[in-house]
Amino acid sequence: MTSVESDIFEIIADKAAVEREKVISNASLEELEIESLDVVEIIFAIEEKFDIYVPFNANDQDLEFDTVGDVVKAIENLIKENDGVAD
Amino acid sequence: MNRVVITGLGVISAAGHNATDFWEKVKDGRSSIGEITTIPTDTLTVRIGAEVAGFQPQEHFEKRQLGMLDRFSQFGLVAAREAVADSGISFEGEAGERSASIIGSGVGGQTTLDASYWEIYAEKKTRVHPFTVPRLMINAATSHITMEHGIRGPAFSVASACSSANHAMGQAYLMVRSGMVDTAVTGGAEATITVGTMKGWEALRVMASDTCRPFSKGRSGMVLGEGAAIFVFESLEKAKARGAKIYTEVAGHGLSSDAMDITLPDVGGAARAIAGALKNAKLNPEDVDYVNAHGTGTAANDVTETKALKQVFGDKASSLPISSTKSMIGHALGGAGALELAAVVLGMRDGIAPPTANYVERDPECDLDYIPNEPREMEINAAISNSFAFGGLNAVMALKKFS
Repeated sequence: MTSVESDIFEIIADKAAVEREKVISNASLEELEIESLDVVEIIFAIEEKFDIYVPFNANDQDLEFDTVGDVVKAIENLIKENDGVAD
Repeated sequence: MNRVVITGLGVISAAGHNATDFWEKVKDGRSSIGEITTIPTDTLTVRIGAEVAGFQPQEHFEKRQLGMLDRFSQFGLVAAREAVADSGISFEGEAGERSASIIGSGVGGQTTLDASYWEIYAEKKTRVHPFTVPRLMINAATSHITMEHGIRGPAFSVASACSSANHAMGQAYLMVRSGMVDTAVTGGAEATITVGTMKGWEALRVMASDTCRPFSKGRSGMVLGEGAAIFVFESLEKAKARGAKIYTEVAGHGLSSDAMDITLPDVGGAARAIAGALKNAKLNPEDVDYVNAHGTGTAANDVTETKALKQVFGDKASSLPISSTKSMIGHALGGAGALELAAVVLGMRDGIAPPTANYVERDPECDLDYIPNEPREMEINAAISNSFAFGGLNAVMALKKFS
């Protein structure tokens, strides 16, 4: 696991108030009780930590988050697409 | 119980600075959403909105009075002036004591608040303007309206975020209906387009990147609007006695609370408020000709609202014309319900249902008739107008053509 991925897992564990061990790539958000507002908070924390802008729109009907891995992948893609524009 | 009718209305919005101009654009389905010009947008990612562009406060208020008025109060006063003049009502003598002023607003004097914070925290000024508190308080619009028109009965502001105006008008309706007052000046006012507020909305990740496309596939969220709409509600008896022009009848009010989530809407809560309005108005689902939706253009609301309408209207839902005025004037938060009610009232008067603008493609989860893009000439004898707010607070108004 990269340190970036590890940091993201750490943030997810913190914001969702779950034990760090439970946050693994194929853990389902529903099982971890992570809801849409939690996702928004997680993205905020990631932006703050990495000093980047993550262009995430909660209305995007193409974005599907079932697992923790989905969230990490989406964020990695969004950063790549927009070159991780720094604040 | 009194029957309650609307005898006057006034509007100031992105679509126009008075009811006539507003309706000209809205009835044709023309959007007033565009680039934000009233604040600097260089630090914002969302740069579109539905502003009351070109508003010149000095054309409406004396310099001395302006010092006391936040932008939201200015809007409330301008719309109230038009409504009161339109109705021809007088508040002289006992009439003033038998009249109420109940105005909804989500956050009140946001521009004043924002500017004051900037002065203290950024510019490190040691003092703010003495009128800062009376300007920013959420009841400022109501108070100024009572002062300008001599309304000396019950008066207060109502706050329930996006449902503030419908809740305020609902209270006004109940007061006139019960005979507690004969008349009520009521509606909503909001002016929250400031850099700070935009940042707040951006952070929620629900703002549209292109425009507001309620119910359409490819919609990307909300667009912030601003403005005010104010009505004169009167008991039918009093209105008839003075030969007032009657727009339509306020037939019912439905309210409910989701008790679920602080931002996500709930089908059950929305359905209860809609059903409540119909019951209060003694309307069967088949009687409703038109629905003015809450229709914010978010993924969440539009699907939830569709399901709630299906739950209440059953088989009738698929043939029920529904449209969102927010597609054209954005989401005016505490002013939204009132601006949208104005569209319904004028639509009933002229036999035109305004469309949902910017509609591009059918979303399989939103499969009802949203009057896409083109206005529809149709008789509207009974209509409802929905507001579903953050925090799960729902308020629906029901109107009946007056006969």
